[in-house]
Amino acid sequence: MKRLLLATAASALVGTMAFADGHAVKVGVILGFTGPIESLTPNMAASAELAMTEVSESGLFLDGKVIEPVRADSTCIDAAAATAAAERLISSDGVVAIMGADCSGVTTAVANNVAVPNGVVMVSPSATSPALTSIDDNDLFFRTAPSDARQGEVLAATLIDNGIEEVAVTYTNNDYGKGLSDSFISNFEANGGTVTINTAHEDGKGDYSAEVGALAAAGGEVLVVLGYADQGGVGVIQSALDSGAFDTFALGDGMYADSLLETLGSGLNGTMGTVPWSQGEGADAFDQVVAAAGVDGSTSFTRESYDAAALIALAMQAGGEATKEAVAANLLDVANAPGEPILPGELAKALEILANGGDVDYVGATNVELIGPGEAAGTYREYVVKDGEYETVRFR
Amino acid sequence: MTDILNAFVLFANFVFVPGLAYGAQLALGALGITLIYAVLRFSNFAHGDTMAFGAMCVILITWGMQAMGISAGPLPTALLALPFGILGAVALCLVFDRTVYRFYREQRAVPVVFVIASVGVMFMTNGLTRLIIGPDDQRFADGERFIITARDFKEMTGLAEGLAFRTTQAITIVVAVIVVIALFRFLNHSRMGKAMRAYSDNEDLALLSGINPDRVVLYTWIIAGALATIAGTLYGLDKSFKPFTYFQLLLPIFASAIVGGIGNPVGAIAGGFIIAFSEVTVTYAYKKFVSYFGWETDGLLQLLSTDYKFAVSFVILVLVLLIRPTGLFRGKVI
Repeated sequence: MKRLLLATAASALVGTMAFADGHAVKVGVILGFTGPIESLTPNMAASAELAMTEVSESGLFLDGKVIEPVRADSTCIDAAAATAAAERLISSDGVVAIMGADCSGVTTAVANNVAVPNGVVMVSPSATSPALTSIDDNDLFFRTAPSDARQGEVLAATLIDNGIEEVAVTYTNNDYGKGLSDSFISNFEANGGTVTINTAHEDGKGDYSAEVGALAAAGGEVLVVLGYADQGGVGVIQSALDSGAFDTFALGDGMYADSLLETLGSGLNGTMGTVPWSQGEGADAFDQVVAAAGVDGSTSFTRESYDAAALIALAMQAGGEATKEAVAANLLDVANAPGEPILPGELAKALEILANGGDVDYVGATNVELIGPGEAAGTYREYVVKDGEYETVRFR
Repeated sequence: MTDILNAFVLFANFVFVPGLAYGAQLALGALGITLIYAVLRFSNFAHGDTMAFGAMCVILITWGMQAMGISAGPLPTALLALPFGILGAVALCLVFDRTVYRFYREQRAVPVVFVIASVGVMFMTNGLTRLIIGPDDQRFADGERFIITARDFKEMTGLAEGLAFRTTQAITIVVAVIVVIALFRFLNHSRMGKAMRAYSDNEDLALLSGINPDRVVLYTWIIAGALATIAGTLYGLDKSFKPFTYFQLLLPIFASAIVGGIGNPVGAIAGGFIIAFSEVTVTYAYKKFVSYFGWETDGLLQLLSTDYKFAVSFVILVLVLLIRPTGLFRGKVI
């Protein structure tokens, strides 16, 4: 009897807890708030939450429900910590979908260990490893960032077009760095370029002179650094500049950060690189939306983050319910044609169309078009550093 | 002739100068380890993090000095802050000695108990440093960055290869030489130094001849704390300050001390340079170097990938323990 009473009391308690916040729909935001890309993630999270706020404030989302973001730390590098954080989001916070994770390694771990077994959709704004294209995801993993298979192609083309034929390559020793360097090298060599050496560097070391010594011995016109701006990548460049081993660098997207310019100053002049970017109506609309909200949207992956969050919300609206099944079933439909094109700042319009049974084609800040197993096709910005500033050369 | 000069400049730029600076940093760290081992008879695993703590004190004071506009001209301000940083690290060492090690000394605990206690102290120091300054990279070097840059060197000499010599590398080497000379003078000529050596050789005899053990212990910690701070600051100036890298430094430092013969200060210095140069020479790719002697090759001529840098010190450590456990300079057997 006593046990029955206890059980009743307990279930009543759980019941009230669930109902107390009945009109809020929780969506997880799992990004590396600590770790190698901690300088990028605050703006990414703010952009994603901006899309959620826009949806909530419209009052049109599932008859006046609001989206409540729940943040968790992926750490970018520690798969165990990221898995535990995602586990918490799903079992304790009860999120219906996850915006994240960020770095490729932890994203793979979270997808395989938590999201897919629980049937929860993940939309990553920044995991770019080619390996994620082929994971066994039951159609639950999407990304608004393009695969590095494409970035390798673009970076190789950038160098070839600049008349560079011989390069040394160093990459950060993880899934992201390895994937990008493989793709870059196969494309570069296919286009007639030569790679003199391809070597990994570990993040978080004090001294990279040995690595740079090996790279310099192998030689090359340009040093291609596929690492992180907050980590080993900057150390390698600093050491290469100090020892006079290389003057010109080519950088992958993880190296695009203002902090890099601040640390290295004029030494970077002439450096080229690629970063997923977007232009046109969507990007302009996004700039207006972030400016109005006071969010800094100029850093990497903010657009992708906004789009990822918007897609999750629109998928729920299309399914007519705030469940993980609704997100999984409708995400591709709202992302791709046919339907009314939707730009950033027009989420209210999209919600209304969907509520009336219409069809939308979310364009968003990055011209979202999910191809293959649900990943962005992607446009890249080719930049060059001039007088200590990033300068756009063209979009590819 | 120019080819040979080019080859040697190349070698100096990528192997000799970095190796020399790194060796000096390791030697200073290994001296601290060896001193504690000789006098207090245990391997102090907390030494790496004491270096981090001391360097952190220096950084905080450097920032303060920079804010007040005090600078050392072309030299880094950190050199002015160094004495204050040493006070901080010494205070930390003494607090841990009072609260942790003294207890075990009075118990006459076996050395392994001290070692494990020092691992505990290591984690506490580690946490303390992260609490105060955080786990991230901190930059505190100022003043002139280079004595000569690679580009200037090329223009001056007309050679194809450049030789960069950073101010911090020069400071590291100069300071290390001064510290080593001062330490040896202290150990060999001062009354306290002799007492320390006597205590190290035979504790009971030293006590019988009226040496005050508390003072010996006190001086040992003061010197160890000072050495740790100097080594930590020089490493931070030359490379970068990040608490975790000091923890990683523990292995090469211990390897240096043991290779040279633990408990033997000369050995610690020799060991530091042996470890540093083996790490750099084994992982360097000699392709370009030999090309100046007319030997063109497609291979990199690299013995080991740079990923295995720390493995080099580990292998040397194991070899020395197997073949000559006393180390090159006849230290004590661990």
